[in-house]
Amino acid sequence: MEHIVIIGNGISGVTTARHIRKLSNKKITIVSAETDYFFSRTALMYIYMGHMKFEHTQPYENWFWKKNRIELKKGYVKSIETKSKTLHFAEGDSLQYDKLVIATGSKPNKFGWPGQDLDGVMGMYHKQDLENLEKHAPDNKTCKRAVIVGGGLIGIELAEMLHSRHIPVTFLVRESSFWNGVLPAGESSMINKEILNNGIDLRLSTNLKEIVSDENRKVKSVIIEETGEEIACNVVGLTAGVSPNINFLKDSEIEIGRGVKVNRFLETNIPDVYAIGDCAEQHEPIGQRRPIEAVWYTGRMMGETVAQTICNNRIEYKPGHWFNSAKFIDIEYQTYGWVFGERGRPDYEKHFHWMHPNNNKCITVAYHKDTNLFLGINTFGIRMRHEFFDKILTEKQTVAYVLEHLADANFDPEFYKLYENEIINQFNKENNTNIKLKKKSWKRIFSV
Amino acid sequence: MKHIQNIGLGLFLTGLAIFISLIFLGKYEVSSQLFDEIVTNKGVKSELFINDLKANVVGKKFSNPFTFSSKITSALKTANETHKQNNEWNKVIWSKPHSFAYEIAKSAGSGPIKENKGLFWWLTFGLGIIGALLFIIPQVITLGSAGIKNNGIFHNAATNRGWIGWFAFIFLVGFYILLYFRPDYIVNWVYLVDPISESLSGNPASQWFLYGFLYCVVMTVMAVRMYIKYRHNKYQVLRTTSVLFFQIVFAFLIPEILVRFEKPWYDFKNAFPLDYDFFFKWNLDELIASGGFGLFILIWGIILTLVIVPVMVYFFGKRWYCSWVCGCGGLAETLGDPYRQLSDKSVKTWKLERWLVHGVLVFALVMTSFTLYAYFSGADAVLGIKTQTIQDIYGFLIGSIFAGVIGTGFYPIFGNRVWCRFGCPLAAYMGIVQRFKSRFRITTNGGQCISCGNCSTYCEQGIDVRAYAQKGENIVRASCVGCGICSAVCPRGVLKLENGPEKGRINPTDILLGNDVNLMDLVNQK
Repeated sequence: MEHIVIIGNGISGVTTARHIRKLSNKKITIVSAETDYFFSRTALMYIYMGHMKFEHTQPYENWFWKKNRIELKKGYVKSIETKSKTLHFAEGDSLQYDKLVIATGSKPNKFGWPGQDLDGVMGMYHKQDLENLEKHAPDNKTCKRAVIVGGGLIGIELAEMLHSRHIPVTFLVRESSFWNGVLPAGESSMINKEILNNGIDLRLSTNLKEIVSDENRKVKSVIIEETGEEIACNVVGLTAGVSPNINFLKDSEIEIGRGVKVNRFLETNIPDVYAIGDCAEQHEPIGQRRPIEAVWYTGRMMGETVAQTICNNRIEYKPGHWFNSAKFIDIEYQTYGWVFGERGRPDYEKHFHWMHPNNNKCITVAYHKDTNLFLGINTFGIRMRHEFFDKILTEKQTVAYVLEHLADANFDPEFYKLYENEIINQFNKENNTNIKLKKKSWKRIFSV
Repeated sequence: MKHIQNIGLGLFLTGLAIFISLIFLGKYEVSSQLFDEIVTNKGVKSELFINDLKANVVGKKFSNPFTFSSKITSALKTANETHKQNNEWNKVIWSKPHSFAYEIAKSAGSGPIKENKGLFWWLTFGLGIIGALLFIIPQVITLGSAGIKNNGIFHNAATNRGWIGWFAFIFLVGFYILLYFRPDYIVNWVYLVDPISESLSGNPASQWFLYGFLYCVVMTVMAVRMYIKYRHNKYQVLRTTSVLFFQIVFAFLIPEILVRFEKPWYDFKNAFPLDYDFFFKWNLDELIASGGFGLFILIWGIILTLVIVPVMVYFFGKRWYCSWVCGCGGLAETLGDPYRQLSDKSVKTWKLERWLVHGVLVFALVMTSFTLYAYFSGADAVLGIKTQTIQDIYGFLIGSIFAGVIGTGFYPIFGNRVWCRFGCPLAAYMGIVQRFKSRFRITTNGGQCISCGNCSTYCEQGIDVRAYAQKGENIVRASCVGCGICSAVCPRGVLKLENGPEKGRINPTDILLGNDVNLMDLVNQK
């Protein structure tokens, strides 16, 4: 019986295992050094905040793995010998595979800051990071202030986490406005306001110079690059992005760049070795996607795809239209298609922006300035229907079509106030058009 | 703000302590004149019982309800035993001993509470309400801006089965045991609401009036908490208002007012088989005896169960009842909301739930058909089983123990929908309709789910919502009461409760939206 070994029990690895099991009788082993069972990394924040317990973040009950004949091995892979198809563990034992899937995910970036390995400095990615945070920042008596370095999605989550325990937070963001490499200016500034409204000390255009140690090699303070200001703190969160977790491959024959290099079939340069999820790097970017995508659902999709390939249905990884979502403290964010911030925006991309005067709701619609082709939408505080936009993007509809059918697209809970007319009126005014909102139609919604 | 909340908590606990201590206050004395009245009114023919009470109770002062009650109940039991032995059936007193003792105690009690009902109402209900509101209202500020604020729920001894939760559990279970099985111990509580009862129905309060009033008070106060906690979510605000309205108007005010006009006490929204004694002989007799109005109630009750309930479930799902109308649901969604995360999500419990809830439905239906058969045929037993016996068993096990003691008492341990999930026969009936013939579903938003588990954690019915959402599959489950919290707590906007065409409602997928179109087709259409 062919033995499939998957390194990493995150969403990518587990999805692969589940799908291989559906398709075949192969022997499957998932290796992880982090936890005994799969858990949802995205929910780590909710454990610290007391919304959930760790067990709630485990999507499958513990009997699931045995029932589905998926073996779980706890161990840290130290090296891979591809010639003999052997994994060597730090614990000293080894494991043979017939096919290998590398799904080891990411690790937090550290840019060589002085003091970055002190006690009290941590990322927020692994279960161990959470335990570390619980140790160093259980409450605002033990942790009088925390400094977060890096203004991305994990950074704002960590800020929200600490804030939930009333720990004062200073949030250092390199950019001039939060996440403005991705978000258009209006949206980015709305999030700045949200952060400040929560009493978080947001420092824009600010870099970390060094982390200062006390006599016990614990964090004492940080020093700001630009001003030289010293901020006393007990915890430093490093959230300046993540990069593939592939150090253990350095001495193997598997080709690596920033991540494990894969082709469109998620195959590496070595036969029978595949890489998926955050740690995989496409030779060429797919569409407007990045060559390394550290997103929950792309990991899942790569798992769905590579399982087919392993089970003799060799299939290319072809992610569909881009979408994503996040939550910035109390503001939900969804995006479908491509909407660019200031950076990297193509010349043809035109934006229509609507913002509620005082309610933390806004949308940005991106469309082609000549053809009016709908390119993408960002929504804040308004939920939208994925299927609707997926269909619109496939059918290459215009911005007018999308606005006309906004009622079909809305996914807010029942009885919510809808802003479709306001949105369309503003668009009509700005563009001298005469678009009229169509009534919501179940027929259209479900004729996908 | 913290100070105001602490003062509120202090007032609330003081009110609660006084409320509990009332049990031990007051005096009970049956004068011979009162005793003669009781004997006449109750038609007591047992000279054994009468002599026993005359010797041991009448004219004596009792300083607590326990000895008073035990004298009466033991006299009643001994007398009954002798009469049964001697086949003197006409002398047997058929009332439940503690209900009988309650009725005597209610008229025999005296003391500060009976004489100062208003004052003690304020010291118990008044302090409790004011204290609770002082604790709750500052949350507008302490919780921070509107949004999902579940911070610290699993760090809190009240909401994570800590010592506060266990105390709440003991209090609630104790309360229900007293209410159902020892009403004679709580006459002092009933005195508190006499004035309110008299102003509504014209009669002094019974322990059931006390319960109804307390129910409304608790729901109202805890609804304020819901309004604050979910002020950003209009679905929650409207739903809370709706259950509150139906509880206060339909379950509390209308029945009392009906009594004032000498009509039968009836809760127009309480549908059979939740209203399990609707077809009992005494109820049918009473309805038929009250003429046209009674007949209207009879027909309404039948139409409600056979037509209105299933049709509404078809269009809106069972939430129209469970989360918008029902009294049990109303309490679960207000008083019980802080405990919703404690429901068990394992597959094992789901299996147990299906056996239990459908078992109770079958039990209710069998009991009712026996009852109706007996009613129309005039027999008092079917297949050798006395209908009275089966009714008593149901009333005791399901009506009192399951719905009350376990259903509400276990909120702080097993979550707030214990009764609705495991025991309610009406929920079972609507669940079958919802699962197989309804337009309601919780739509999963394509591929947006990140498996965080907030939805499953906060599902009061113990549905593993995430198991569906992470597969891109809509949630169509018999037990879903449509409270809408899964949708509210979802950080990624994945879930939406909606009513739409039946076609495509149940949509198992293998590959989720967002992946390669060809792969999706290939795998999903197999």
